[in-house]
Amino acid sequence: MREFGYQKVLDVPDAVAALGADPDARFLGGGTNLVDLMKSGVERPARLVDVRDLPLDRIEPTPGGGLRIGATVTNSDLAAHPDVRRRYPALAQAVLAGASGQLRNMATVGGNLLQRTRCGYFTDVTKACNKRNPGSGCPAVEGEHRNAALFGASRHCVAVHPSDMGVALAAFDAVVHYETADGPGGTPREGELALDAFYLPVGDTPHLETALPPGALITGVTLPPAPVAAHSRYRKVRERASYAFAIGSLTAALDVEDGIVRDARLAFGAVASRPWRARAAERALIGGPADGDAYAAAADAELAAAETLRDNAYKVPLMRNLVVAQLTELEQEARR
Amino acid sequence: MTTAPTAPTPPAATTTGAVGTARSRVEGVEKVTGSARYASELPFTDLAHGWMVLSTVARGRVHAIDTESALAMPGVLTVVHHGNAPRVNTDYVGQLGPADPTLGVFQSDRIPHVGWPVALVVAETSEQAREAAEALDVTYETQPHDTAFHADRPGTYTPENAEVSKGDVEAELAASAVVVDARYTTPEQHHSAMEPHAATARWDAGRLELVDSNQGSMWVADELAKLFSLDLSAVRVRSEHVGGAFGSKGVRPHHVAAVMAATELQRPVRVALTRRQVFAITGYRSPTAQRVRLGAEPDGRLRAFEHVAQCSTSTVREFIENSALYGRVLYEADAHRTVNTVTRLDIPTPTFLRAPGEAPGSFAVESALDELAERLGIDPIALRVRNEPDVGPVSGLPFAGRNLLACYEEGARRFGWAGRDPRPRTRREGRWLLGTGVAACAFPSGVAPSTASVTAEADGTYTVRITAADVGTGARTALTQIAADELGTTPERVRVRIADSDFGPAWVSGGSMGTRSWGWAVIAASRELRERVALLTDIPAEGVTARVNTADLVASLAQKERYSYGAQFAEAAVDVTTGEVRVRRLLGVFDAGRIVNPLTTRSQLVGGMTWGISMALHEEAVRDQETGGHVGADFAGYHFAANADVPVIEADWLGEVDPDDPIGIKGVGEIGIVGTAAAIANAVWHATGVRHRDLPIRPDRVLLAEGDAQAPDRGDRTDA
Repeated sequence: MREFGYQKVLDVPDAVAALGADPDARFLGGGTNLVDLMKSGVERPARLVDVRDLPLDRIEPTPGGGLRIGATVTNSDLAAHPDVRRRYPALAQAVLAGASGQLRNMATVGGNLLQRTRCGYFTDVTKACNKRNPGSGCPAVEGEHRNAALFGASRHCVAVHPSDMGVALAAFDAVVHYETADGPGGTPREGELALDAFYLPVGDTPHLETALPPGALITGVTLPPAPVAAHSRYRKVRERASYAFAIGSLTAALDVEDGIVRDARLAFGAVASRPWRARAAERALIGGPADGDAYAAAADAELAAAETLRDNAYKVPLMRNLVVAQLTELEQEARR
Repeated sequence: MTTAPTAPTPPAATTTGAVGTARSRVEGVEKVTGSARYASELPFTDLAHGWMVLSTVARGRVHAIDTESALAMPGVLTVVHHGNAPRVNTDYVGQLGPADPTLGVFQSDRIPHVGWPVALVVAETSEQAREAAEALDVTYETQPHDTAFHADRPGTYTPENAEVSKGDVEAELAASAVVVDARYTTPEQHHSAMEPHAATARWDAGRLELVDSNQGSMWVADELAKLFSLDLSAVRVRSEHVGGAFGSKGVRPHHVAAVMAATELQRPVRVALTRRQVFAITGYRSPTAQRVRLGAEPDGRLRAFEHVAQCSTSTVREFIENSALYGRVLYEADAHRTVNTVTRLDIPTPTFLRAPGEAPGSFAVESALDELAERLGIDPIALRVRNEPDVGPVSGLPFAGRNLLACYEEGARRFGWAGRDPRPRTRREGRWLLGTGVAACAFPSGVAPSTASVTAEADGTYTVRITAADVGTGARTALTQIAADELGTTPERVRVRIADSDFGPAWVSGGSMGTRSWGWAVIAASRELRERVALLTDIPAEGVTARVNTADLVASLAQKERYSYGAQFAEAAVDVTTGEVRVRRLLGVFDAGRIVNPLTTRSQLVGGMTWGISMALHEEAVRDQETGGHVGADFAGYHFAANADVPVIEADWLGEVDPDDPIGIKGVGEIGIVGTAAAIANAVWHATGVRHRDLPIRPDRVLLAEGDAQAPDRGDRTDA
């Protein structure tokens, strides 16, 4: 394991200045993913800048009924927050569906957005992987790819994003806030990216995962007001009952009036290199009847674009069934 | 003094009733407070750290190793490899058979599989060793490899003595009213002990010492002595606490590499493995492809029983997963044929893994019995009862206690089997389809010679010494209870010292034979001690010691079919829209002999049954054919049951004693995993109407089978 330097910072200007433009330095949040990757040699930073004690650990309401979530809020605190549970229940459920109690106590919101895929080729330095070692190839296309992507993948990479939290954030139009040190005289400068724009398309550059500028520190996430989000759910399917990454997951939110879908949100997990907002399905749903046939048609509208490999085609019926089941449950819940 | 009594040991004059009473582990407080030290935690002065470098290619030769660059890195002391390693002897027979060629570490440039050790980098710190090991530039000449295992592959052969038969199977099948002909597969499975392997080797006053995590310190000492051509008395191996073994903690390449480095550097050298290295070089259970053919009369009586079980092994050693042994003792039939076959591939050598043979074999046989019950319209328990043998179905030998029928009866009563609607897919609860299933299980009950010494100390306490291993089972505690009863004292006055090869030869923790083998020796030595102490007026300061080896006692046992038995019941819930399968209830009722410690026995049985859940639903090592290596060889990629997967599990026993054992023990280490996966798979069929013949029953398999089941031409039957 490479020897590395370690430095703790207590405010944002110090953090972005400490990292600077050094490509060999990394911010350290909870360390629940980065430290594992350092042990296995996937990440080999020369320096760690520990941002865990930055004053970014608050969850605050925004005007109109949204929330601003600090980057160092832990998963446990996020899932327990009363406003999150009331206004965005799927977000709390998604966070609780991930990892274990111990990991959730350490993991942070900022780090969660930046966690890396668990594709078995990516995490094994003895194997080829375009994401880890650009140009070396993607053995998953022909090899082990039961959990590979349905959407937005390329022959260069078929890995999926592992986050549960991100699937709820995608459904609720989250905006990611960051700061860099490239203001006048190296001062911090703020920026923001909608979650849709935060993750880059895979294309032939799977090693470039986010649109964050070099040296940027995620400072928080804003969830805009979304009344429909109060009627939301997260459902995760995995190969055991807990402590496993999803093979398919879904954030669904539904607002029905007089049998007609007024608003709906759908985002899929474990089907793409990013949390996948199912906009085609939403378009098919909104304004139409709230019934099982319409839900199935909406799922099909999204899944029509799915590109399957030899061993991951099961995800198509899985996601279709999940969409129908979750929307049906939400609709029944609303009627009670 | 070693004596070899020939008469059976009489029962103790007085007993304190320790045997049969639940006791927490004698070292329990040390373990839960963290003061118990495991192999990689013990401090040594001047300790150096070795890091294994494993081949990344599946077949070929080492072309070159750039040791110079590695030696220039901070802290690096040496790089041991085939070009500079001392020669070792691999032409010997050890306690468990001929030498494993895999122990010929760094003896040639040949690479027979991914993960073959090519070098050991030793440095002042573990981190430095790892950094240099991972930077070590090894170039290979690669040759085409073949790692793909599947049924009836060309090159599959039947090893010597791997086929047993009676009668004419084909004729009986032809004459049968109903025939089931089904194929089953199980994947490559790994031991996944909580504590990764670690060994520290050092030379101390002319003796080679190893502080290790193993399941048989004498086993490891004996093999190291033979490998390095040392007198056995010049080797000492200790293994005080072991965080799980399950068959993987015998002699392994890291032992050999550590000894080589300690010899070269004349310093203590520790080699601890990462989880990935544990997956790569400590063995595993072979995948299997099995075919079962059953022919029956309309009343369920079996005319033909055939089980052909194929496994794979490496090109360097023939290790057979003996899945087809299972049926030889369980079911009567007019004609019987059981065969193990094997395919050699460019893969690491598999090894013993908890219930080797019986675990995969019982999945196939107990699933096929369920399919036959379905075809015949007979209750699955009634079918098994109808084919219960009076003597060994193939051997004709008498049984040394077989109470399987009582296991069915008691299990059925407690599980609520009576009144079960046999039709599949009839129970639903919300999104879950529910079903129940049953399976029998059996595992050999054996005993092997061991040496124990027992000392009566002057202060009125006793010290037992035996090279037993407590791999987490509670063996140390069980032996304390056994000794206390035989010595007529309380467990508090008995000190049991184990896992030190200086205590003499003893059986390993394996084959569900540990407590029985060691317990017998402890009883025999305790009895001898009592007789000698009875002649004394007081105990001298140095104490009085009796030492007994049970070789003759064990050899005098009559030949019988000696087994533990059980009945496993499962209730499963299946969401066919997502493929999720959850086990709701498990009940196992076992005929496992006298139970020494109900507390740790229950843990053993429940642990085994939990393994059965993992085998049924989760465990599967995936090999990438392109590289011949694993993909996802860590606990994020290789799944076993988490707490949330483990529902209400009940394990209980009949408590019948084995009349031929001085304590009445049969063995409980492995029986818990036998049959469990079949009971769960049978419950999944009952829930869904779909047979899952390939393990694990993953969500994608359930989903795809559901799609097939809805198609007009159902694809879930392969019956003849």
